[in-house]
Amino acid sequence: MQIVLALIIGALFGFVLDRIGATNPTVLIRMLSLRSLGLMKAILLAIGVGSILMFGGQMAGLVDVGHMSVKTAYVGVFIGGLLLGAGWALSGFCPGTGVCAAATGRKDALFFILGGLLGAAAYMITYPSVKATGILDAIAGGKVTLGTVPGAKYDGLMAMPGDVLGIVLGLIFVAVAFAVPEAPGGDAVPAPAE
Amino acid sequence: MTLNWKIGGVALGLVFFLAVLLVKPIGVSTQFVILDGIIADVVNPELVTKTDDGYTSTNAYLAKSGGKYAKSVANLLNYSFIFVIAMMVGAFLSAMMRGGNGADENKLPAIHYANFGDTPIKRYAIAFVGGFIVLYGARLAGGCTSGHMMSGMMQTALSGYIFAAGAFAAAVPVAMMMYKKG
Repeated sequence: MQIVLALIIGALFGFVLDRIGATNPTVLIRMLSLRSLGLMKAILLAIGVGSILMFGGQMAGLVDVGHMSVKTAYVGVFIGGLLLGAGWALSGFCPGTGVCAAATGRKDALFFILGGLLGAAAYMITYPSVKATGILDAIAGGKVTLGTVPGAKYDGLMAMPGDVLGIVLGLIFVAVAFAVPEAPGGDAVPAPAE
Repeated sequence: MTLNWKIGGVALGLVFFLAVLLVKPIGVSTQFVILDGIIADVVNPELVTKTDDGYTSTNAYLAKSGGKYAKSVANLLNYSFIFVIAMMVGAFLSAMMRGGNGADENKLPAIHYANFGDTPIKRYAIAFVGGFIVLYGARLAGGCTSGHMMSGMMQTALSGYIFAAGAFAAAVPVAMMMYKKG
């Protein structure tokens, strides 16, 4: 059953990523250089919608709180984020969109995947020395959410109810998605229609 | 045939919600490690071994957290690995339905052409180096754009916000400096 769900949800995810232009490096780079923010608006809206539905579903008792999976906070999250961001802007791909882009026929995405496999291997080899630096040690409580989610196995950074906060933040993401201008520089050239 | 951002954003949000409703939050970058492990285990079958209560590895990273990565390497038909294969199928179907990217785009994307001309080798080198940095960074961070940024911020995870701050702090200046045209 799990495998069937992986096939269905995975295929939907890949399909939607392609449909919002996320498999196209030109769209990604125009977003990251703040020239064309249509994709950014879609991403912000998606986070907001996902958040509202998940926390709303939890409050209604329809969504299993145990399905949440919160990652640990540590200094390496920020450093890794910087590295990922630099490579993302260089190539116009992130891991998920890179594999999808290769599937749409983009040759450069194959080189991205090859580089990615080597980068992941380099981390596997250097992991013990990275760990020894202490940048993987949990900070601010480690696996924490911003509020305290009822029934979740994670601590909250703040005591306020995490599900209510999740819905409020979700609404803020939606509002920001609408507020962000599609072309901040008044750029009249639309993103390539593919 | 790019979807309007409102429809696209709602569709993407529904997919992330569906994942957490039925199984668990979406993540991708771990599967680069799993594929590396599968390849390395073919070359050196000693890499991943079965223990009394699961799996372990001679590689410290595969062996961490009770050997959960080692287990995925040993059992290829697991949810997360199949998920990424299915993503490729979904993207392929979408691309076919819209008539593909076109031969020029598949050779090199328009933004590269606008900035560096018809230099496919240069593009492939940039994509390769970019891929290396992206995956090293994602593994150091413990997740990527999907797992940390989207799934993480959706769940109000502190780590998701830290990751997004780092990613955009680097991505915006690099994109602005590298690609002035197009």
